[in-house]
Amino acid sequence: MILEELKQYIGGVDPPHVRQVEKGAIRRYADAVGDDNPLYSDEEHARKSRYGGIIAPPGFFGHPVGSVPTLESVMGLMAAVVNAGFYRILDGGMAFEFLGPVRPGDILIASPKVADIAEKEGKRGKMIICSFETTYINQNNDLVAKSFQKVICR
Amino acid sequence: MAKKQTCWEDVETGTELPVLPKVAHSLMSVKWAGAVAAFNPHMYEDAFAKSQGSKGPILHGQLKLAWLVQLVTSWMGEEGTLKKISCEYRGIDYPRLMKTMNEPQEGETWLCKGKVTKKYIEAGEHRVDLEIGVENGKGEITTPGSATVTLPSRCC
Repeated sequence: MILEELKQYIGGVDPPHVRQVEKGAIRRYADAVGDDNPLYSDEEHARKSRYGGIIAPPGFFGHPVGSVPTLESVMGLMAAVVNAGFYRILDGGMAFEFLGPVRPGDILIASPKVADIAEKEGKRGKMIICSFETTYINQNNDLVAKSFQKVICR
Repeated sequence: MAKKQTCWEDVETGTELPVLPKVAHSLMSVKWAGAVAAFNPHMYEDAFAKSQGSKGPILHGQLKLAWLVQLVTSWMGEEGTLKKISCEYRGIDYPRLMKTMNEPQEGETWLCKGKVTKKYIEAGEHRVDLEIGVENGKGEITTPGSATVTLPSRCC
């Protein structure tokens, strides 16, 4: 019953999010990961590399980040899941497909979509699994990445 | 600092990536939250984390994925290209608490590991598939995943 109600959200899209990729944000991200790859911070090194300049670590798509759909996002799906009594929400996993580099100064358009909603019987009862798919397109209209995320609600 | 370049000819199915050790602690969680604007209180507030069914604040899944990206990209070198990466947040990890303002307490060390599962040529590219994962202090893989990279051929 609940599942049928939630399934109507499949195919729903969020308004595209505009994300600015800033040099300082790239540096803070790499620092938070503990990744000292000079491609992310050393201008001179990066200029001599095949990228010709600094790039963002794969998986960083600028600010505002929030790649986990928020409760307000994706056409109210997450709010509906919570209202249905599944208030324990966990990020289940993520997949990225990288199609081109992300560089400081880029402006990315992130377009999330509800790819699937499924029900599963878990160890501790019923779970709803929401799958989201997001595309990232830069200012040159290049598709630079896709992400696929699973959110587990129980 | 220049990193070593891995070439397609250097690797075989079964080749293991150098292990990347990580010590997760609450300061690191806060830093990550700020860097990616991921402010779920499940990752920093004890009572809320317990209400969500966890023992306490948990480590961000996406930080573990970012560690795995680091594991793979630092191994493949600058001429390599990471095409795909994925992981599942199967087991929950709890960051160490802090002993001093910037030092964590004694506790778990996580190990990011990977190995080559397939070596092939596709679309004219020299590719390898990897099995990757984050292992907790008990030796359990909490975050299993996979990746595909393109490596340069005959670069050495």
